[in-house]
Amino acid sequence: MTSPLAGILGGPPPQAPPRRSDLGRNLVATLALAVVLGMAARVIELRPLELVRDIGNIGVFLKGYLRPSFGNIGEYSWQCVVTICIALWGTLLALVISVPLGLLGARNLSPHPVVYFAARRTMDLLRAVNEFVFALMFVTAVGLGPFAGMLALGIHTGGVLGKLLSETIEGIDPGQAEGVTAVGAGRLHVIAFGVVPQVLPNFLSYVLLRFESDIRSAAVIGMVGGGGIGFYLWDTIRSFKDGEAATVILLIVAMVMCTDVISARIRRAAI
Amino acid sequence: MQHASSNVTGDMSPTTSPVVVLERVARRFGTQVALDGVSACIRPGEFVAVIGRSGAGKTTLLRCLSRALVPTEGAIRMGGQDLRPLAGAGLRAHRARVGVIYQQFNLVRRLRVLDNVLIGRLPHLRGWRRHAALVGVFDRVERGAALSCLDHVGLLARAWQRTDTLSGGEQQRVAIAKILAQEPRLILGDEPVASLDVMNGALVMETLRRIASSAGLTVVSTLHHVEYARRYADRVLGLRAGRLVFDGPPAKLGDDAIREIFGSVPEGTAEANEVARLPEPVLVAS
Repeated sequence: MTSPLAGILGGPPPQAPPRRSDLGRNLVATLALAVVLGMAARVIELRPLELVRDIGNIGVFLKGYLRPSFGNIGEYSWQCVVTICIALWGTLLALVISVPLGLLGARNLSPHPVVYFAARRTMDLLRAVNEFVFALMFVTAVGLGPFAGMLALGIHTGGVLGKLLSETIEGIDPGQAEGVTAVGAGRLHVIAFGVVPQVLPNFLSYVLLRFESDIRSAAVIGMVGGGGIGFYLWDTIRSFKDGEAATVILLIVAMVMCTDVISARIRRAAI
Repeated sequence: MQHASSNVTGDMSPTTSPVVVLERVARRFGTQVALDGVSACIRPGEFVAVIGRSGAGKTTLLRCLSRALVPTEGAIRMGGQDLRPLAGAGLRAHRARVGVIYQQFNLVRRLRVLDNVLIGRLPHLRGWRRHAALVGVFDRVERGAALSCLDHVGLLARAWQRTDTLSGGEQQRVAIAKILAQEPRLILGDEPVASLDVMNGALVMETLRRIASSAGLTVVSTLHHVEYARRYADRVLGLRAGRLVFDGPPAKLGDDAIREIFGSVPEGTAEANEVARLPEPVLVAS
């Protein structure tokens, strides 16, 4: 039986039009990457053989952790609650910071290139400085404790969420926003009706993701005096109370898992 | 009978002041000429179809009227006002009096149908209502107006549905309801039926035709097919390579005129035949 496409597929195929080969470029890129990775391996003293030879030492180190001691579990659990509260308020502060920065730092919404540039660089600065550095800074102002930790987390996460928001806004369907601009609506109305509905699901997803990550950060920010469970994590490990440290780590893992389950539920319900 | 509901024809008394006046409008993009000395005078209540091959300047003409583009030469006047210097609040006021209907509808897809119609009310809100609208709060009068507009296009039952759950034809009628809520003086259609099938396209054109004649609105719309222009327009503007080569009632759109606009008489495509065979306009329930 002849195929209905015989007229097209039957004859000899035509010569493909000439095109530039990517081979050379890909080869150069691969080589360059290999060289960079090789040099980086020297810098970080990458010695996999030592890991294989002395892996038993890790076992010795972990042995102490196999018997967690639950003597202080009440205090540790309370500090986990403190940690969650730090993350909650930190994420809220981050929202307050990120929304204006994200709107001003989106190329398609920003009122002026100078404003765009300023907003972008502000977000870069907030992201580039680690939350631990911010915590050290705030401790000098408000003293040791959860408040300093929350401020530090909120400021840093504000920069992260602002960047994510601005890039989500840059990816919206311009036609839907144009439909609002075209009726003669003002700038704020265009944002509220043409932009917000489009970015809301993605932004909510990013906020939840950062809340999870803030829980993990809040769990260690106590090391520098930011309050929460991190203080005990640092204290028990440093003083070789292996059993106590194991309890703290178990609690942190449980806390992170719970957050993940809950945020997954919220995401499913809201999006 | 082509448009029984119309009470306005192309030959109006010369005393009626025009809605839009185009004076030798030219628009170039670099060296490419998109519009070349187009002059026309659009009178109130006219339903004007703009036809021509793709690249003939139809969309450029429309975008000049909505002031998305500024002509390189010539002037466009609306209500005696030159559009060229408009900016800021003046530009927003101009946009408010011109309603645009797009090929891709340009509704906010995740919003409910009623919210999309309420967007048309935004330029008319004053005082606290402007700020309340930012969080989605509209007073009873505005809500009532939006519901009336939805009812007028036969989609009242869809008010609470998310807009992207509607079919293309329904979305275009929501866009028309939004334009009604906007209370414009001029409606611009940028290929409003090009992405709809013939039955839905006809329904949209009839809805547009009906609101134009009942509210005395002026419509200028590009139409991808001559049959639509023949059936629904009072007046046809034919563009070829940026020049206005035809300006007259659809009855004068004979083979010579078509050849002048398109360079040849297009063969009767399946779509054209289908449009030509459509039953007499059946108005949507309202």
